[in-house]
Formats: sequence, C-alpha cells, structure tokens
Amino acid sequence: MSENLIVPTMAEMMAEGKQPEILFWVGSAGSYDDRAKKITRAFVKILNKANVNFAVLGTEESCTGDVAKRAGNEFLFQMQALMNIELLNAYEVKKIVTCDPHSFNCLKNEYPSLGGKYEVIHHTQFLQQLLKEGRIDFNKETYKGSRITFHDPCYLGRANQEYEAPREVLSQTNAEIVEMKRSKSTALCCGAGGGQMFKEPEKGDMDINVLRTQDALETKPSIIATGCPYCNTMMTDGVKFSEKESKVKVLDIAEIIANAQDL
Amino acid sequence: MSFLPNILFAIILFLGIGFFVKNVKKLIRNIKLGQDIDRTDNSSARWKNMAMIALGQSKMVKRPVAGFLHILVYVGFVIINIEVLEIIIDGLFGTHRVFSVLGGVYNFLIGSFEILALLVVVAVVTFWIRRNIIKIQRFWKPEMKGWPKNDANYILYFEVVLMSLFLLMNAADFHLQHVAGGFGHYHEAGSFPVSQIIAPIFDGMDNSAVFMIERAAWWLHICGILVFLNYLYYSKHLHILLAFPNTYFANLNPYGQFDNLESVTNEVKMMMDPNADPFAAPADPDAVPAKFGASDVQDLNWVQLLNAYTCTECGRCTSSCPANLTGKKLSPRKIMMDTRDRLEEVGKNIDANGGKFVDDGKSLLNDYITPEELWACTTCNACVEECPVNISPLSIIVEMRRYLVMEQSAAPMELNNMMTNIENNGAPWPYSQMDRLNWKNE
Repeated sequence: MSENLIVPTMAEMMAEGKQPEILFWVGSAGSYDDRAKKITRAFVKILNKANVNFAVLGTEESCTGDVAKRAGNEFLFQMQALMNIELLNAYEVKKIVTCDPHSFNCLKNEYPSLGGKYEVIHHTQFLQQLLKEGRIDFNKETYKGSRITFHDPCYLGRANQEYEAPREVLSQTNAEIVEMKRSKSTALCCGAGGGQMFKEPEKGDMDINVLRTQDALETKPSIIATGCPYCNTMMTDGVKFSEKESKVKVLDIAEIIANAQDL
Repeated sequence: MSFLPNILFAIILFLGIGFFVKNVKKLIRNIKLGQDIDRTDNSSARWKNMAMIALGQSKMVKRPVAGFLHILVYVGFVIINIEVLEIIIDGLFGTHRVFSVLGGVYNFLIGSFEILALLVVVAVVTFWIRRNIIKIQRFWKPEMKGWPKNDANYILYFEVVLMSLFLLMNAADFHLQHVAGGFGHYHEAGSFPVSQIIAPIFDGMDNSAVFMIERAAWWLHICGILVFLNYLYYSKHLHILLAFPNTYFANLNPYGQFDNLESVTNEVKMMMDPNADPFAAPADPDAVPAKFGASDVQDLNWVQLLNAYTCTECGRCTSSCPANLTGKKLSPRKIMMDTRDRLEEVGKNIDANGGKFVDDGKSLLNDYITPEELWACTTCNACVEECPVNISPLSIIVEMRRYLVMEQSAAPMELNNMMTNIENNGAPWPYSQMDRLNWKNE
C-alpha cells in the first residue's frame, strides 16, 4: 500500500529548485504515534488525490515545543521554536497545514513574535477549502445511516475559535451529525492537553477522557470524529474503557474523508 | 438648629465616601504591586469588550436563569443610582424629592424604580434559594466554606434590606402625601405602583408616627448604601466596579496564544548564536535579577491581580473545568481566591511595615496553591471561556508552572522525561529524529 503515497520533502524540492504550495507539518504525534500515523497517511492520501503541491520537512522536522511551553518550560519551547523558525525561514515557507491543533496553535500564534510568520491552517480547514473548490470528491454513500458526533479539540475550538470547518466537512458525508451536550465553546477537554498526555492524571474520581467519552456515547454515535491526534487517542481509550469498541469507531476527519474515497 | 440634619448628613456622607476612597487607593496600590504589562493597544476593541461584556452582560446570559436574574439586580442597581443622587441632594440641602419638578418624568422614574426594586427583591430571594436551599453544586465546593459563603449571603440580605427600606420610605411618603389637608412638605410627587400596596398599613396611624417612619427609612436607606459601598472592598461584590476595567484590560489575543517570555528569548538567542559574546552586553547593575514564572503575587502582572480582585466567586469556571469535574483538586476559582487572599496579606504586611514588604516566609505557591492543583490543568481554556468578566485563571496557572519548572526543576518526573526527550530527540517520545518519516513506508 505504501507505494502509492507521494511525500516529497522540502530538501528534495529545494534540490530540484521547486517551492511547494504548502508545507505539511506532520508533528511528533503524527510521525511517531502508531494511531496518529494512520491519520497522517490518510491526510497525505487526500493531498495526493487532490494533487496538492506539498512537502514535508521529514527528518528535519522537530517538536514545535508546544507541550514544553504548556508544561512551563519556556526555555525548551523557545529553543525548539527558534530552531524550527530558522529552518522554515531558510526554506521560505509561507503556508503550513497540520493535523495537530497543538502545532497549529503554536505555529500560528506563538511563532510570529519570535520571527516565524506563516499562514497556518488546520487540516480540517484545508479539507473544507478543498471541498469548496471541488478538488476532492468522495462516495456520498459510505456514511449513509451513520451517526457521527464531533469532539472539538480545545486548541482548535476555544483557543482559536474554529468550530465550523470540521462540521462543514462532516456535513458533506450524508451521515447524521449529532452534537454532544457540551460542544463548541463549552466542549470538554479530552484530558490530554497541557502536558497531560505524557503523565498520569492527578488523583480524582475518574479520568477526563472517560467523562468526555460518556458525553460522546450519550449521542449514540457510530463514529466519534476527532481533529486532533491526542483527542483521538483519549477518545479511543475512553471507548475501550466503556467496552463499546465493537459499536463505536473513533476516526479523524481526514480518515473519514479518505475512507469515503476508498483510498 | 434646623441645619443639624444637613450637617449630620454631610458628615456621614464625607466619612462614608472618604473611607471608601482610602480603601480604593489601597486597592490600586496592591494591584500595582504586579509586574507591568501593556494593555493599552487596540482601544476600540477594548471599549467594545467592556460595553458588551460588563455593560451588556453578554457572557452572563450564557446561563439564562442566573443571567436574567443578574440583569434584574444589575439594572436595578444602575437605575436606582438616580434615586441615590436625589437622596444626596435632599440630604445636603434639606429639600424633599428635589427632582419632582420634573413632573411626569419624575412619576415615570419613581414608578420604574419601584418596579425594579420589587424585581430585585424577587431576584435576590431566588438567588438565596439557589444557594442555600437548592444548593447548586458550584456554590458548595470546598473553597466556598466560611467567609466566601457568608459573604455571598450577606450581600443578598443587604440588598433585600435596602430595597425594602426604599419601598417602605416611599409607602410612608405616599401616605403622607394623601392625608387630608396635607402633611408638612409632603406634596404630591411621584408614582408609587408598588409601595402604595404597602401604604394601607399606615391607615389609622398618627401622622407624626408615619413621618418618623419615613425619616427613619430614609436615613437607614442612605446609611445602608454607604455601609454597603464600604463593604465592597472586603467582599466579592467588588466586581460591580472592577468588572469594567477588568473587561477593558482583558487579553485580546486568541486564548491559545501564551506569551513568549522576553527574558527567555534573550538568553536562548545568546545560547544559539555561536558568535555571541556573553560579556559584550554590560550588565545593568540596577537590573532586578530575572525570575522565571511566578511563585508569589508580586511576580504576576497587574492584570492578573486585577482579575483576582474582580472575581465574584460565581464558580462558572470551576463547574466547567475538566479536572474539577473529574474530582481533581484544581479549581480555577480557588486559584483566583487564593491570589486575592495572598495579595491582601501582602498589602497588610506593607501597611504594617511602613510601606515596605517584609518577607513573611510565605508565598502564593505552596502556602496557598499546591503544585498538585497546578499540574492537574489541561490548559483547555474552559475556565477562561466561562468567566462572565474575562478573568484568566489559566494565565496564573501557567506562570506558576513556569516557576516550578524553570526555577525549581520541580516538574512531575514523567514531564521531565518528556522534556528530556524533546531536548535530545526533538520529540516528546524517545525516538530518533531520523525515524520521523517512517510513517511514509508503513
């Protein structure tokens, strides 16, 4: 299957004297986490299908420093940011798309004052654009009869006020879209933000992802749609905890679209 | 001797306002203990925020029941100040219902004050029931024991008493206006849709007794207002004033955008530039040694301290906090209450030591806020989104995490591992950077 993925790197492009339209920022989760890698691949399949002129940094990419910053390590964040900015500026990057709302927020809002000014787009926004421009189409029958509920990632939603793009993409699928009682600006966190992904939660009555998955399961969905690799992991764990994994799938919006293209 | 009440009134008014001004000065001094931060940009957006959020209550109504009731009390409070103005003029100059020359307008004003006063009483009683009988969860969290709980109820009692005195005063006035042959200077003025319902209780009572009741209600009402004014400083009710500057100076950037510490940028640039000469820049001998993050209130910026004084302890933040909802110790409201309590303590310390802070061996971190609370935060911004007056508990949490990590290397071990991985491999996981593109061929 792997042979049909075309993933040029910025270094290759530069060697050929070319400049891609956009840089796909894969992010650490998208590069290393087994579940998130599937999202990365699904998104690249769509990019390939839509003939998007993109490139990745590949082995030159490094952590944005986002999680270090949220954890309070401003030094480490700025070291990462300044190194990344040096690289991105050397490649004269103008436009970045990423599947990770944490990278999205960090690149979009925190890099500019350190000298990294780019147009940064979340992949759900990019998919919305591609659909609007008619650059991708998919089998509308794939999700007929499904119920999809979308879990807003904090760093896309509240942090950057993007609630519509993912919903608009999902609305194209012919599935029934159902909202959780806590959604959009009142959405509950998946529990992984602010560095929590990398540590055990503090003592409490339950884990946050279990509570959030309850919100989702109350809508009786067949698919929980996510737009963030962390959310995806947390919701997947939550569904397993509720022993509902045979009935409910947790899929990134990129995967939902890629699946409907039979890619 | 007929000037005696006027002089007495002037003295009471002077003392009441004077004491309040003294406390406001202290309040401003305390807020200025914070670090400087520039929040003067984009004034049109700031005015708009203030108009929409503080004046227009736009975030209050997100919870419609509390929001609607709050608007009643709020509008009642704002409008009734016209009545207070009249009371002050009457008190100082010995006039009676000086605005009554407005005729029909005056009737309308008094009529609407009365209706609002009644609605305020209804709202306040409902608030009391919500707090004390229905026991809405967010009012019964651990940080709401003792003073915070009593404070909330005292405010409600105060408002019921003030409104009742206002209506009683009007009822007595209405009665005196209509006694046969008239009584003293009580000429017909004002329209009394609510208090005329109460007025029959004076039927058959001696006119001079009704006069005494009217005067007593008048004095108690205005003295009550002055006492309430001075109560503000000691109470969460301070938000009725500070909500305005607080929304004006609130953060306008996207919630996800955390500030980039400039002091760190300089150091990091120095580290990364191979040609930098660390001795090139002459050290400023007066420069305060940079402290990264915050362990006490003086390390926070003045907007964060203003936030702490503005907090009404409504708990909307806490009731939307994912950590709190799942039983963890973190409560964003407690972060704000602790900051205020510590700031008050520091202020008292300064007063007691002739204008200088003397180390008391305490700090906001550990003595008030524990690292366990700080590390439970997911930085999801739910608390910031919920706050009806744009307070950011999250910014204080992040500032204190910065202190724990950069000054004390006191992050939880797992986070230290994650950060070491980023330093060594450019990823939070212990994988080689050379494997970053492996997903392509899997």
